[in-house]
Amino acid sequence: MKKYETGVITSIKEISAGIIDMSVKASMTSLCLPGQFVMIYPNDKSTLLPRPISICEIDKAKEELRFVFRIVGKGTAEFSTMKAGDTVRLLGPAGNGFPFDRAEGKNAVLIGGGIGVPPILELSKQVKAKKVSTLLGYRNNDLFLKDDFDKYSDVYIATEDGSVGTKGNVLDCLKSQDIPCDVIMACGPMPMLRAIKAFAEERGIEAYISLEERMACGVGACLGCVCKTTNKDHHSHVNNARVCTEGPVFEAREVEI
Amino acid sequence: MNTSVKLCGVEFKNPVTTASGTFGSGMEYGEFVDLNRLGAVTTKGVASVAWPGNPTVRVTEVYGGMLNAIGLQNPGIDVFCQRDIPFLKQYDTKIIVNVCGKTVEEYLKVVERLASEPVDMLEINVSCPNVKEGAIAFGQDAKALENITSEIKKIAKQPVIMKLSPNVTRIADMAKAAQAGGADAISLINTITGMKIDINRRKFVLANKTGGMSGPAIKPVAVRMVYEASHAVDIPVIGMGGIQNAEDAIEFMMAGATMVAVGAANFMNPMATIEVVEGIEKWMQKNNVSDINEIIGCVE
Ligand SMILES: Cc1cc2nc3c(=O)[nH]c(=O)nc-3n(C[C@H](O)[C@H](O)[C@H](O)COP(=O)(O)OP(=O)(O)OC[C@H]3O[C@@H](n4cnc5c(N)ncnc54)[C@H](O)[C@@H]3O)c2cc1C
Ligand SMILES: Cc1cc2nc3c(=O)[nH]c(=O)nc-3n(C[C@H](O)[C@H](O)[C@H](O)COP(=O)(O)O)c2cc1C
Ligand code: FES
Repeated sequence: MKKYETGVITSIKEISAGIIDMSVKASMTSLCLPGQFVMIYPNDKSTLLPRPISICEIDKAKEELRFVFRIVGKGTAEFSTMKAGDTVRLLGPAGNGFPFDRAEGKNAVLIGGGIGVPPILELSKQVKAKKVSTLLGYRNNDLFLKDDFDKYSDVYIATEDGSVGTKGNVLDCLKSQDIPCDVIMACGPMPMLRAIKAFAEERGIEAYISLEERMACGVGACLGCVCKTTNKDHHSHVNNARVCTEGPVFEAREVEI
Repeated sequence: MNTSVKLCGVEFKNPVTTASGTFGSGMEYGEFVDLNRLGAVTTKGVASVAWPGNPTVRVTEVYGGMLNAIGLQNPGIDVFCQRDIPFLKQYDTKIIVNVCGKTVEEYLKVVERLASEPVDMLEINVSCPNVKEGAIAFGQDAKALENITSEIKKIAKQPVIMKLSPNVTRIADMAKAAQAGGADAISLINTITGMKIDINRRKFVLANKTGGMSGPAIKPVAVRMVYEASHAVDIPVIGMGGIQNAEDAIEFMMAGATMVAVGAANFMNPMATIEVVEGIEKWMQKNNVSDINEIIGCVE
């Protein structure tokens, strides 16, 4: 079930250059799962489409959702100027979320790259596995959100410039650290997801990856956000699944990226 | 207060429907919107067989609107008849099925298949700018439009609405051609062909290069075309293009539309259809309009 509602911003701050951490009180909170996202509507009338933003943390007691987003254009710039107490229109929870029960009894590796780091936080809280290892990939030593992860699992860092942790990408880190890995759940830039898909297929392990696509409706009606799938999708039967509805999380083998 | 309108013998409880392709078959928005409140649901274009549509990027925002190049992805008429029609039949609303095709024969197959289905009207999309063959070719040539209309009329069991493209020099000529072919009604406008370039990547934003523009920025063009088309023909007109609220809907009706469709506004506000329905009622009360039919084409 999804809700369309007006949420109230309870806190908002810039946690690193151009990265905004925003908490919103919303009644949909109790319905949310890690890996799902919310469509957030800008107020500016020239900016009409809602923006998909992943759920970073779910606080059911306070009925609050936490979002962490990068300012990239008009919509996110507008959100960044909002203040605590301001209202914002939301539609969600959208999408399927991570199938975190698939990790039970296994060695789970959670991977976040860049602005794909936020949704991994709630996942690392809720996933139940034999062992959970979290790998976070950053460009440099600006390790936003990293501290929030420490209490939930073993955290490994990879940075492109080598300033912290393994120099290189998250897969370099996974291989060099000899981390036990039976199932992967990941969110991040497309090159990273492609590499994870190849890695998982080569090793014959399950991998669940969260994809991004341009969206208009966010509810499965416009067919704007599709991704090529190996099997017939359940909506149009043409091997094009809707990222907003059947996704954003797909088994890596099921999608052509 | 009467909000019902009659179009080709079909009575609609109010003049508000959804614009094809922006509302699926009602299932998705049905979570927010009480479909019983709508005059009709107009479904996404359906072809004789499943179409995969265009590669992504398929949608992008532009100032005051959006471009789309979905390319008519659809599951084909068989799945549609098994899944979507029974779903919509659960509600007290009329069903308008939007039909697409690449050749006259493909359109006819769908129309024929629908003949025995419990749907109220057919809307023939001869105006999609996002597929290479068929579709818009029929909608940009008056002779071809008249011809396909008369072919469809020969076999259609439900009243036929021809959906016109704004990407023509004279919309009145196209409206007349549809009428000459025997159309029971016309609807307009479909999207206006547009383009967006990403100046940082020096690339087209849409994989299809061009896309159809919709949203509030196209409304003045749409109102003008509804006015011109409705004055060129005697058959009723369904107006659309940028409708966001009741005031916009009323403007279209005053220009000559008997019904109106809400399109991209659904994306900007999932409650848009209901707000238009309720807003029309409020406006009628406030302005002492007892019958919505009074305002249709009232601006001469
Ligand atoms: C499922 C999903 C979850 C996401 N979660 C997050 C998150 O947690 N944090 C975060 O910072 N970003 C996230 N993104 C990306 C975020 O949606 C875009 O950065 C944002 O929409 C940009 O909007 P804008 O107006 O600032 O940029 P503009 O470039 O002005 O946007 C123009 C249009 O393009 C769309 N768009 C631009 N970039 C993207 C993109 N990368 N993905 C999808 N649509 C885009 C916008 O929604 C808008 O419709 C997510 C995207 C998806 C699909
Ligand atoms: C994402 C999207 C998909 C569409 N798909 C169809 C379609 O399948 N058939 C059709 O006749 N029109 C289609 N249209 C056009 C709309 O029905 C409508 O004519 C147009 O968008 C103008 O109205 P608006 O500005 O209110 O959106 C589509 C429009 C959008 C935005
Ligand atoms: S955004 Fe409309 S179908 Fe996914």
